[in-house]
Amino acid sequence: MKKALQNIYSYIDSRFKLSSLILFAKKKKVPEHRYSFWYYFGGICLFLFVIQVLTGILLLLYYTPSVDSAHESIQYIMSQVKFGWLMRSVHSWSANILIAAIFIHMFSSFFLKAYRSPRELTWITGFFLLLIFLLFGFSGYLLPWNELSFFATRVATDLAGTLPLIGSQIKSFILGGTEVSGATISRFFWLHIAILPLLTIIVLGIHVLLVQILGMSTPIGLGKKKVSEVPFFPNFILKDSLGWMLILALIGVLCVFFPWEVGQKADPFAPTPLGIKPEWYFTFMFTTLKIIPAHIFTLEGEILAIFGFMIGGFFWMLVPLLDRNAAKERKSPVFSTIGWIVFLYIVVMTALTYLLPGL
Amino acid sequence: MILAIFISHHALFAQRNSCIECHQELEDELLAPVETFQLDIHQQFGLSCVDCHGGNASEEDMDLAKDESFKGIPKRSQIPDFCASCHSDSSYMRHYNPSLRVDQLAIYWTSEHGQLFKKKDTRVAVCTDCHGTHGIQAATHPKSWTFPWNIPQTCSRCHSDKEYMKGYKIPTNQWEEYKESVHAHALFEKKDLSAPVCNDCHGNHGASPPEVTSIAYVCHQCHPSAGELFSQSPHKKAYDEMGISECEACHGNHKILPPSDEMLGTGERAVCIQCHEPDSEPYQIASRIKEKLDEFIEKIRHAENLLERADRQGVEVSEPKFRLTEANTALIFVRNLTHSFSLVEIEEKIEEGEKIVVEVTEAGENALREARFRKTGLIIATLFIFLLAIALFLKIKQIDRKTST
Repeated sequence: MKKALQNIYSYIDSRFKLSSLILFAKKKKVPEHRYSFWYYFGGICLFLFVIQVLTGILLLLYYTPSVDSAHESIQYIMSQVKFGWLMRSVHSWSANILIAAIFIHMFSSFFLKAYRSPRELTWITGFFLLLIFLLFGFSGYLLPWNELSFFATRVATDLAGTLPLIGSQIKSFILGGTEVSGATISRFFWLHIAILPLLTIIVLGIHVLLVQILGMSTPIGLGKKKVSEVPFFPNFILKDSLGWMLILALIGVLCVFFPWEVGQKADPFAPTPLGIKPEWYFTFMFTTLKIIPAHIFTLEGEILAIFGFMIGGFFWMLVPLLDRNAAKERKSPVFSTIGWIVFLYIVVMTALTYLLPGL
Repeated sequence: MILAIFISHHALFAQRNSCIECHQELEDELLAPVETFQLDIHQQFGLSCVDCHGGNASEEDMDLAKDESFKGIPKRSQIPDFCASCHSDSSYMRHYNPSLRVDQLAIYWTSEHGQLFKKKDTRVAVCTDCHGTHGIQAATHPKSWTFPWNIPQTCSRCHSDKEYMKGYKIPTNQWEEYKESVHAHALFEKKDLSAPVCNDCHGNHGASPPEVTSIAYVCHQCHPSAGELFSQSPHKKAYDEMGISECEACHGNHKILPPSDEMLGTGERAVCIQCHEPDSEPYQIASRIKEKLDEFIEKIRHAENLLERADRQGVEVSEPKFRLTEANTALIFVRNLTHSFSLVEIEEKIEEGEKIVVEVTEAGENALREARFRKTGLIIATLFIFLLAIALFLKIKQIDRKTST
């Protein structure tokens, strides 16, 4: 038996050069210090993405992307398909936890200045991954075709339509027409299951490859001291797996006690229900748009806010190039302060959405 | 030339109204007509003071304005004819509102009010008591005294005034009773303008107390199915013979409360026991109907309860919930069928509904089983994960120790 396994291994190894990969993994070291905890969120994101892919494929077996049957197929998955409720709930819950994990991973990398040279591209690809996963969330939210998702999509695309000059073109490109309709669900579906996964594989591939090539960054203050290192395999990977298991247990509890709702089927002719809001990770932008004055000087408040977010996002992406102190291994309190302001802004605005819904 | 046309246009159309000019300078009741007339429907149709009161409004001098055509304030005894001088004239009314009836006065004379008025009783309602004087609005205007949700107050101004109604020997509590009724709830709470108000049963211009038989016809307009079932029931003949009004006997008149199942059967609040003796066959049938209905309701509630519990535990039960609405529809049918007092028909309908309830109950029990299965599965899976996590943790510790040495 042992000999047979060895034969199989040597057959594969001679063709795929596995031993060199194993050697790389064995040689690879990961710095260990008091901030090491934050490293594990990258692995958690990857683990949750794998869950997304697996459960997404299973959901595809029953889901039908059309106005007439999208909601019905979700209802069928939730009530008739064996373990369908579990697959959908795991997909939805892990999607939300994944977004939260990405935010944690992003802010921890920001505050530990992990973006500094030579890891600028790791940060930039990470930023693109955030955008991709936000798009995953946005497109996936509409697919059940329920009241909340329908009107939230309508509100969001109406906002895109307010942009000067190109607003209406962008809106009709997203929707496939002037209204959220069958064309929209079709577009969102293909975006969700084909275009975005393809983009993710490319960008995530580069991101993970960069992490492997460049290794994990050591925080600025600790760089000068002797930081101990542990082997990536098996020490780090086992600790990573421990985190994955805890996350898996959490998802299981959430799915059993709070299975993801199906909601009421969307009625395009019904008036927009009161208190409609997007998914929680968009609410900081949503609340900003709600509270911003209608006009600031001669400019329209909403448009100004949208441009503000676009410029802010662009600035955030270019942080590794702008933070010259961090690049020279010096502390950069200005960027740390900016990071805290952005973090608090997102937290406060998100909390306000739920604490003061009538804002 | 354009200027000349402009000036002549103004000279022709900007006619003065000395009535308004003078009354504007006055106070209280002499000023009131000017203020309220601004919103009056007659004003909106282009009529002015002189069209009702006569006189010459273009004259500045009061004596000249009050010429031989001046009618002044009509006496109360003149009001019906005063209004009818236009409103009963079809050729005149056609210019303003061709769809408006012109037989109000003729109908009024047939009414209780009109009859008494003819007998020189000027305390009874005349046109202005219900429509107002200078602030008259179309009946379709929500602020009109004759708009559905204002009619009960309009009538009650006289009919709830004990002092005023003294001598007519009719009750004065109609408004108080109506306020508690299901119809008042529909009208005032739900803003359902189709809910009946005073004039729907009593008539408007021809207002009179409805006859015993006609009450049912009024009710049947909105409740035709219940009316038809009652008409085919043995009660119809008996009621007719005894001169009892159909619907009113059980449901009341002004204070028609929301019907409840307690009205059926032989309980304290049952209406059947008003007429039927305890040992009689109808008494037994009434008791059996109530029993069957209660059983059916109990089964529906049980199924509902199962689905709610399953829903709270996160199991998708929207399909059986929807199916249960069909059982509730059957319950509505059964409640309506009680107007037929036919135990056989009621039992048949209940049987139909019960088949659905059995299905739903089964679905509810399955859903609860599913909820239990999920929890058990979670416990086993979580236990397995934690055991694996503990094993992994120990392995990590072991590797860490090995690495440090």
